[in-house]
Amino acid sequence: MIRDITIGQYYQTESPVHRLDPRVKLLGTLLFIITLFLYKNPAGYALGIVFLLAVIKTSRVPIRFITKGLKGILVVLLLTVIINLFLTPGTELVSFWKFTITYEGIGVALTMLFRLTMLIMGSSIVTLTTTPNNLTDGLEKGLGFLKIFRGPVGDVAMMMSIALRFIPILMEETDRIMKAQLARGADFESGNIVKKAKALVPVLVPLFVSAFRRAGDLAMAMEARCYRGGDGRTKMKPLIYKKRDAIAYIILFSFVILSVWIGRWQVISEFFNSLYLRFILK
Amino acid sequence: MPLILDHVSQVYNPDTETPVRALDDVSLVLPEGQFIGIIGHTGSGKSTLVQHLNGLMMPTEGNVYYNGKDIADKDFNKKELRKHVGLVFQYPEHQLFETDVFADVCFGPKNMGLTKKEAELAAFDALRKVDFPNDLYYASVFELSGGQKRRAAIAGVLAMKPDFLVLDEPTAGLDPVGRYEILDMVSALHKESGMTIILVSHSMEDVAKYVERVIVMDRGKVAYDDTPREVFTHGEELEAMGLGIPESTRIARMLKDKGINVDPDVLTVTEAADSIYAAVTGNNK
Ligand SMILES: Nc1ncnc2c1ncn2[C@@H]1O[C@H](COP(=O)(O)OP(=O)(O)OP(=O)(O)O)[C@@H](O)[C@H]1O
Ligand SMILES: [Mg+2]
Repeated sequence: MIRDITIGQYYQTESPVHRLDPRVKLLGTLLFIITLFLYKNPAGYALGIVFLLAVIKTSRVPIRFITKGLKGILVVLLLTVIINLFLTPGTELVSFWKFTITYEGIGVALTMLFRLTMLIMGSSIVTLTTTPNNLTDGLEKGLGFLKIFRGPVGDVAMMMSIALRFIPILMEETDRIMKAQLARGADFESGNIVKKAKALVPVLVPLFVSAFRRAGDLAMAMEARCYRGGDGRTKMKPLIYKKRDAIAYIILFSFVILSVWIGRWQVISEFFNSLYLRFILK
Repeated sequence: MPLILDHVSQVYNPDTETPVRALDDVSLVLPEGQFIGIIGHTGSGKSTLVQHLNGLMMPTEGNVYYNGKDIADKDFNKKELRKHVGLVFQYPEHQLFETDVFADVCFGPKNMGLTKKEAELAAFDALRKVDFPNDLYYASVFELSGGQKRRAAIAGVLAMKPDFLVLDEPTAGLDPVGRYEILDMVSALHKESGMTIILVSHSMEDVAKYVERVIVMDRGKVAYDDTPREVFTHGEELEAMGLGIPESTRIARMLKDKGINVDPDVLTVTEAADSIYAAVTGNNK
């Protein structure tokens, strides 16, 4: 039941994307998300989709796992589409009662849908192909420059990796506790919202108790091994760029340049249009 | 009413590259009134198996029947099943949540729709049956010792007055004295009320002394399903499954191999001692 949540879930398999340095993937995602906002015409959308599909294909993660992440934000997606559809002013297409749909509204709604879907899918690829530990290592090293400003990068990274590590453990624990209470006749499904919330008490109490106990044990274990904070800690497997990372960066930057170029088509044509209009009107 | 498992298989993570076949074509008949032990190496599928008995897990393939009805049917009342088949999980910490032990034990019967009075009577009865110390009835559930927590958890299920009592590793993490106290208590439950007991364990020693039927699980399959005596004749095979046989039986076998005329099928220390005594004094038949 609770296992369907995919946040931070890792999909174990062998693929070129899995083997990439996490920094490449993190920067890649960031750039990919930025490009999504550059496109002003269908050619750009097509390029984005092709690139994403190509990455998914190379990562060998079944597409089902990637779209699963979308289910969680389905409500948000629908809401965005509906709001944009009805509330964008412009040329009227149809109108009933108090609502009007405009051509512009359809355009904006589709654009938002595209951007959000691609954004979620793009970022879930990173978490699906990178182990939480690798991810935090990547963040720690990638954001290492913040140390100049006395940012506690090491500590934050350690906290993140512990938090990420705890998510699956606590989910498993929740599952077990729910089962133990179900076996005693607990009912999590029927009744109104108040009753449902009350039914969670027998799950939350043992869950919190165990989470606190685990956190305490972990802190003790870390202290016993002389952990004193992140500064000056060395890594067992330091991140080092390999040839494949260089290749990935080349592909990535080519994609970004291509995106900028294609994305500007419309802008360029608009520019000419406006020049032309000004010229005529003069 | 018996529980019947008909060619039950269970696969974890079926969509990934590493599916785990935790149960593989398991068929069992569990009639009422028996004291059954389920043993197997860690990861052999014991916990997975027992969760099928009260509908917490549904088989990927195959069917589970209770009272002549398929528990996967839409109109099957799972809550009713869980009243009849009580399952106590491996870790008592997972179910204790109320402010005091007595309130916690009342949780099950209250869910069964009993009134406050009836639930409290059932809880009292259950706590008495598990020999829970009187002065701790109103203690916080988080201040109990391991063995006391275990008893409280068992009482929490027992209070629903189930026909089947399924215990997943009730002795894990207890010292030998605590272990035998719990097992003696469970055994007494079986003798006094005729309740069907299904005891999951990975210790042969525990199981041999108490149960009348042993189901040996090995990598998701039922390897043996027979009386303890019969099952322990397969010493080498059990060893290969990472199980081994009770110490007393093993010593008796070794003596037998050395040419001393002891009974190789003894199960408990007492039986072994008697048999060895008889052999050395020459009183053996
Ligand atoms: N929720 C789960 N997801 C994936 N695999 C699981 C899950 N639960 C159990 N397994 C796997 O199924 C197999 C059987 O597990 P199970 O817990 O039934 O074993 P067990 O016999 O109870 O072991 P133990 O003696 O350690 O309690 C194991 O290989 C385990 O890794
Ligand atoms: Mg188990």
